Amino acid sequence: MTNLPDPLTSVHRYIPNASEDVKEMLAVIGIDSVDRLFDTIPADVKLDRLLNIDGPWSEIESRRWFRALAAKNKTAADHASFLGGGAYQHYQPACIDQLLLRAEFLTAYTPYQPEVSQGTLQSIFEYQTHQTMLTGLDVANASLYDGSTALCEAVLLAERLVKKKHRVVVARSLHPQYVETLRTYVQNLGIEVVEVGWTADGRIDTVALREACNDDVFAVAIQSPNFLGVIEDYDAISAATGNITKIAVIAEATSLGILAPPGQHGFDICVGEGQAWGIPTSFGGPYVGFMVVRDALKRHMPGRLVGETVDVDGKRAYVLTLATREQHIRRGKATSNICTNQALFALAANMYLSLLGKAGLREVATQCLQKTAYLRKKLGEIGSVNLPYSGPVYNEFVVRTRHNAKELLADLEHEKILGGIPIDTNDFLVCVTELHTREQLDHYAAALNAAIARERR
Amino acid sequence: MSTVTSSVSETSGGAGTAEILIFEHSKRGRRGYQLPALDVPEQNLDDLLPHALRRDTIEGEVEVSEVDVIRHFTRLSKLNVSIDAGLYPLGSCTMKHNPRINEEIARTWGFALSHPMQPDHQVQGNLELLWNLEQTLKEIFGLPRVTLQPVAGAHGELTGILLIHKALAKTGNARKYILIPDSAHGTNPASAAFAGYEVKELKSNSRGTVDRSTLAEAVTEDVAALMITVPNTLGVFENEIKSFAEILHAKGAYLYCDGANLNSFVGIARPGDMGIDVIHSNLHKTFSTPHGGGGPGAGPVGVSETLVPFLPTPTVEKSEDGHYYLDFNHPDSIGRMRAFHGNFGVLVRALTYMRSMGPDGLRRIAQLAVLNANYIRARLRGAYHLPYDAPSLHEVVFSDKNQTSRDVHTLDIAKRLMDYGFHPPTIYFPLIVSGALMIEPTESEPKEELDAFCDAMLAIARESEERPELVRSAPHTTPVRRLDEARAARNPVLRWKSGG
Repeated sequence: MTNLPDPLTSVHRYIPNASEDVKEMLAVIGIDSVDRLFDTIPADVKLDRLLNIDGPWSEIESRRWFRALAAKNKTAADHASFLGGGAYQHYQPACIDQLLLRAEFLTAYTPYQPEVSQGTLQSIFEYQTHQTMLTGLDVANASLYDGSTALCEAVLLAERLVKKKHRVVVARSLHPQYVETLRTYVQNLGIEVVEVGWTADGRIDTVALREACNDDVFAVAIQSPNFLGVIEDYDAISAATGNITKIAVIAEATSLGILAPPGQHGFDICVGEGQAWGIPTSFGGPYVGFMVVRDALKRHMPGRLVGETVDVDGKRAYVLTLATREQHIRRGKATSNICTNQALFALAANMYLSLLGKAGLREVATQCLQKTAYLRKKLGEIGSVNLPYSGPVYNEFVVRTRHNAKELLADLEHEKILGGIPIDTNDFLVCVTELHTREQLDHYAAALNAAIARERR
Repeated sequence: MSTVTSSVSETSGGAGTAEILIFEHSKRGRRGYQLPALDVPEQNLDDLLPHALRRDTIEGEVEVSEVDVIRHFTRLSKLNVSIDAGLYPLGSCTMKHNPRINEEIARTWGFALSHPMQPDHQVQGNLELLWNLEQTLKEIFGLPRVTLQPVAGAHGELTGILLIHKALAKTGNARKYILIPDSAHGTNPASAAFAGYEVKELKSNSRGTVDRSTLAEAVTEDVAALMITVPNTLGVFENEIKSFAEILHAKGAYLYCDGANLNSFVGIARPGDMGIDVIHSNLHKTFSTPHGGGGPGAGPVGVSETLVPFLPTPTVEKSEDGHYYLDFNHPDSIGRMRAFHGNFGVLVRALTYMRSMGPDGLRRIAQLAVLNANYIRARLRGAYHLPYDAPSLHEVVFSDKNQTSRDVHTLDIAKRLMDYGFHPPTIYFPLIVSGALMIEPTESEPKEELDAFCDAMLAIARESEERPELVRSAPHTTPVRRLDEARAARNPVLRWKSGG
């Protein structure tokens, strides 16, 4: 191995021990070279060369290369963005990221040792409390990966509650990538996913839903606002599905600031994506999945739970609890395989929800609702624009024209507008949040009008 | 070798002030947030949203100012210990230094504000980054393809076992069992079960590794794969790994490697060269992305040639003209493991780290991580019992056997370490060691820190002899002392309630 660098002489800024330390440590261990430490790795699997990868780079070089890459993207940084579809642009108050960067949060791990992890534990307890208040349900866990995998965990939880039922009914208006993920998760578990479509108002077809809910169905999952932006009627869905376990999926979490909580309308489980609570869209992650359930389901819950207790002096304190559900105890019989979750973003959500509080959450939701209604009205006034779904919306809606949606959106891109997400040949999804100004909304309507006019020629 | 450290105070009790819950800070009329005034004509709420679909209020939600919030979370943070404050030797978790350039780059607006539903041509920078990360991981693994979609180690495990299931099903028989050694992480059997398999446990031998003969006997036509951690959870390298692969492959089964311990051999040896078919790597371990109090992580999965057609969709590809695109055309794919593109922000941090380290740096990680662990092993053996004496790599597992005669147990030793300012090691794992203390220092620790830790451990060993009660009643100096965990589980209080 003469062509390989000598561990005694090489040095790196992230690795403190240098030549002298290495020599002293080898002496204590009683060997003469670092290579000897790797004698148990057979020679025929050892690499006799260095890896063929780039680096080592200084911070200056890294910054240069990565910033050049970032500059190749067209984003909300330099365009007016109207993109939603499961990832929403909301304002994250400046203090949140500053607080998240505190090393005590950022560089700690899972609070297995409660005496030295009360900061993380108490924050999770607070996060759990926010989730229960927002959803109207009783018990929330410490977080799941994201909205799509939270749906999977909810379906698996519901399946454990009953014996010998094999079918889950999902709304076709559930985020298509969530349903794809669900199909991946259940492919070997003997669970069939049945989809139910929507009616002219963009809401789930409750007649078809009632028919789909036969004796083999163990759960129903719907999303509200759904992928078309339309708000579902929880009571109508509850009425159509009898005593089957009902799962509400929330992909736009700020909507809970104004929409009726699913727990008060017959739903047993609420799962969703907490990204909308001010977490950057960041090309899809990291976000934070949440799950909240009725009290009776708490021992079936996947993931970590934090509970309140006292220490030997009687002081209030927090600790991971009901761990017998989890993989490190139950192994193959656990309620989920999840270990690492999205703790830092559960903390970010706790900070966001605390900072906005009762009034702020309502106000963000109200502004989303009002501004969306404003743009929707304006677009509706364009002759060749059709708003195909009549149901109430929160901050997203479908626009239909006679033209190809992708081509129209490409045209808007020339105006520095990321105008929507194509969801069918002629349909695209437009999203408005509290970040948009009236000027941007007016500009959008005018630009779309002009783009349609150009397409006509 | 037994440097004497004076006893740490045992009487201070409950250092640090307890912080009340954010909900208890709430005071009517306070606010921590301001929006611009609504600049569009306000429409009647009932016209937009029928009353039956609305809520009137969020019962119990807080009213606090920004000052209240900043003070609250700053005070909470002070109740944690962290890797930035010192050695955090949680075995299996690879608590290494988290470089801040990674944080800065992940926050670059062009990355942070990019949206997951944008068309390829708008996100060329992201796709180029993902493509580069895959190339780098391919070289590190010595495997032909890597999926970046899984967002945690366990998520990677599930992905990997689903891949094996699909590949076997394609040949007509998905088989029934996954073999897993008794020293494995709990996620392994859980992931195997959620992928549709039953688990058969393999007994470790006296070195803590798996015997070739044990494996050969267990691999029947019903076995889909062996799921094994390399090096294992004792830090011992499975030196027969190549012949394990041969045994499995001869029977049409696969070799899955839990890559949680990659930090011990990155750049020294490659999974692909060992005959491994699937490996996941926890980027929050080996590749330095911050653990964040329990996530986020990322768990990319590398696969051998036969498993490539089954990878999750979409994959990131590069066309001949240098354009990057998402390829959804994989008819045999297991499907999508998650909405969007995985934990992109974590992937950005990990690639930044790989570039910072370079080829020599990555190798040096393994060398110094293993050196540090063996230094601790050398300093503490004797004082603490070493249940498996086989040479170990990046972590060392002791037990409490020398202390139990004084009725001092692993939990007590762990708690007493807190009084000396250290986070405890992983305890009571692996399960094959009674009273395990699993220590993983990583390459981030300078010798002085290792010495301080060893001195503390040796002092605790002495205290266990001379003043066992002091150890049994530890910790004494932490913000709270030992908790009544039974009470938390017996009568679970899982949320705050007003007036409760």
